[in-house]
Amino acid sequence: MKTRRQVGTVIYHIFMILFALLMLYPIIWMIMSSFKPSIDVMTKSYELIPSTWDFTNYYRGWVNGISNIPFSTFTWNSLYISVLATLGTIISASLAAYAFARCKFKLRGFWFACMLISMMMPIQVVMIPQYVMFQQFGWAQSALPLIVPAFFAASYGPFSIFLMMQFMQGIPKDLDEAATIDGCGKYSIFFRIIMPLIKPAIASAAIFAFYWKWDDFIGPLLYLNKPQNYTISMALRMMSDKDAITDWGVMFAMSTVSLIPTLIIFFCFQRYLVEGISTTGLKG
Amino acid sequence: MVRNANAAAKQPKNQLTRRSGWSSFINSENAAGYIFLAPWLIGFLVFTAYPIFASLYYSFTNLNPLKGLGKETFVGFQNYINMFTTDSVYYTALRVTFVYALVSVPLRLIFALFIAMLLNRKSKASGVYRTIYYLPSIVGGSVAVAVMWRSLWIQEGTINAVLQSIGIQCEWGWLTQPSTALMCLIILAVWQFGSSMLIFLAGLKNIPAEYYEAATVDGAGPFRKFFSITIPMLTPVIFFNLINQLILGFTAFTQAYITTRGGPMNETMFYALHLYRQGFEYNKMGYASAMAWILLIIIGIMTAIIFKSSNSWVYYESKGE
Repeated sequence: MKTRRQVGTVIYHIFMILFALLMLYPIIWMIMSSFKPSIDVMTKSYELIPSTWDFTNYYRGWVNGISNIPFSTFTWNSLYISVLATLGTIISASLAAYAFARCKFKLRGFWFACMLISMMMPIQVVMIPQYVMFQQFGWAQSALPLIVPAFFAASYGPFSIFLMMQFMQGIPKDLDEAATIDGCGKYSIFFRIIMPLIKPAIASAAIFAFYWKWDDFIGPLLYLNKPQNYTISMALRMMSDKDAITDWGVMFAMSTVSLIPTLIIFFCFQRYLVEGISTTGLKG
Repeated sequence: MVRNANAAAKQPKNQLTRRSGWSSFINSENAAGYIFLAPWLIGFLVFTAYPIFASLYYSFTNLNPLKGLGKETFVGFQNYINMFTTDSVYYTALRVTFVYALVSVPLRLIFALFIAMLLNRKSKASGVYRTIYYLPSIVGGSVAVAVMWRSLWIQEGTINAVLQSIGIQCEWGWLTQPSTALMCLIILAVWQFGSSMLIFLAGLKNIPAEYYEAATVDGAGPFRKFFSITIPMLTPVIFFNLINQLILGFTAFTQAYITTRGGPMNETMFYALHLYRQGFEYNKMGYASAMAWILLIIIGIMTAIIFKSSNSWVYYESKGE
């Protein structure tokens, strides 16, 4: 009986490891290809470990970039857009989450329903009027349409509101009541009691907001027209747009670079991601 | 004099009551609620609510940015009629999107559930496995992965190289064959089952162990336990996942845009991609708005069907509270 169970465990682990390799293979292949000479990437696509290592892909991609714009420009563009949008989302979403979780204002149920509906609304419905509106604001061809709405908890905001609200509802109301007796108003309760306690939820929401903005493609596609303003995802698209990519090594080197922030955050803060997904039950 | 002193004494008191009136107003549930809600509320009205209605209006006009915004004219139902009569790609886009969503979503959920079941056992390695299986989902939305995916399936790509090594000669590029291109994108979607897996895993952990113990005492085998305990207990999670994933499936855009650009022969022309091209490449924004509303109606009907049917298959455990 005991040996049978041990055999079962071994089979289990063999299956799980093989499956893990299958899952990771495309990603590992891409990273490994970034170290191959460009000629080898497709002619020797079956080999995982490069037979000749070539580290110049990274240098050529990063410094020469695309159309004489160094890749560092695109990285910086992606970075400042993602960081500002994340900051805006966290500020506006935490305020709204507090309103929904702790204030009994009029029409609360109605606005909450509106928020849930906006969470399910396909972007295709609002895309064109938003585009027209930003044109009229004179914001077209700038990064403003990608940043400003985040400060009003638009696009991915409702997800963050929902996540933080769920978390706040887990904080005992007794704390608020005790603070009220001590003379705290709604505002000092928010800043002094709720905010410090929801740090894990803020972390989860910030990670998701950053990821989505970092990977966002349709937003930059609509609003960024000049190559020097491109984000990484737009730069990679421009690179891959040519019908026949010749410099595969550089292509994969820069693709790998684009995944580095995602991977670092993933491995450092995985706990917050898992909690975020499990508590809200939403997409990641 | 006495009067004056009285008046002087009264003044600060008045001020005090006035101030406390203001502070009690600003601290009231209503005022505080709306102050905290304000950023989102403004954002919702400007960036979501107004665009929804504007989009409905545009769908009845010939809005075209080349002719100038604000110079659109009312064309009645013409856009909606064109969609079903003159746009030869429209039906293809509908078919492709339905196939994509209705094949990839169930496959993804089945995979996610299967792997979640395997991960739901006490093993030191399960955390590592979970990380690995989730990784494709976390990078999956990026352009980098889409480019990588394309290079896997092209004529000289890895898939053909692997097939050749086991003796199968394959000379075609999978993404340029109308019959296989959509399949490649479906596999890409299924590969990213990670977030559904995590949601299932959280659901599985919530099922009380006593249920399984009781079933074992009654002599139930693993299959019986799966269909009589696990599945019914997970139905709320499945229900939620199903709606979410279907919406994502029907609005898929980036992966098709990068890997195939809708080709070959429009066989991967996702609805969202066709809509984007009509609106932003051919500048037919009125038409694209009409397409968006049909998409919204399709998603609405799908969601309504799932909601309606949920009474008969979603099992909510009554919590004795």
